[in-house]
Amino acid sequence: MILTTLEGVPGKEILEHYGIVQGSTVRAKNVGRDIGASFKNLVGGELKGYTDLLNEARQEAMDRMVLQAKQLNANAIVNIRFSTSSVAQGAAEIFAYGTAVLVR
Amino acid sequence: MEELIIFVVLLSVGYFFGVLAEKKHYKDIQKREQETLSLAISSFGAKQPLPQASDAQLFVGEVVIASDYFKTFVMALRNLWGGRVLSYESLLDRGRREALLRVKEQAIAWGATEVLNVRYETSTIGGKKQGGVGAIEIIAYGTAIR
Repeated sequence: MILTTLEGVPGKEILEHYGIVQGSTVRAKNVGRDIGASFKNLVGGELKGYTDLLNEARQEAMDRMVLQAKQLNANAIVNIRFSTSSVAQGAAEIFAYGTAVLVR
Repeated sequence: MEELIIFVVLLSVGYFFGVLAEKKHYKDIQKREQETLSLAISSFGAKQPLPQASDAQLFVGEVVIASDYFKTFVMALRNLWGGRVLSYESLLDRGRREALLRVKEQAIAWGATEVLNVRYETSTIGGKKQGGVGAIEIIAYGTAIR
């Protein structure tokens, strides 16, 4: 599966469009990470635990998007965008979407 | 009285470590930006003829960065009379540059010649109190070609 943020795949030709595919995850922070985070909130800096969490969540959203594209027999997803939003206190959604295409 | 002492201690700890962490982070960012200078990176790429390349791949860089106690306090004060909040501007600046650097480093490792159509996405992870900014999450992503 080729993933790009461009409108096509460089060096390849788009044969067919299959429409939008998307994947999203809603994740909540866990308590253990929260304790570390509240300490970090005092001194500032990167929250490694949260970065990992974000990474996992983003990966899962992408996996779901890719799965959807596979079911459509696509071999690439173009024009991918990410979007995030806060759903509730302590929970956030990460959303990935793109256009599934067949390229050669 | 005790509360005031605790507050002052927290504030000075926040200020001291916050400034230290920020300086260290900026130094690190500048060093890595110098190292990755060779890789061209641009925010255009869509609505344009496709570049000549044999391979393309999506790269994503993420970072969650927390504000410190001092910054949060300054922000609360700032809210009273408005204006620029320098301490938060630098926080966002650090986060964005860090996220972009992560994209660049991955792309360089992959052997990219250029990274196109870079986009940012920012959101906050609500703090404990009134959804105040506790931490900021930033995603930078783009397409690397080679």
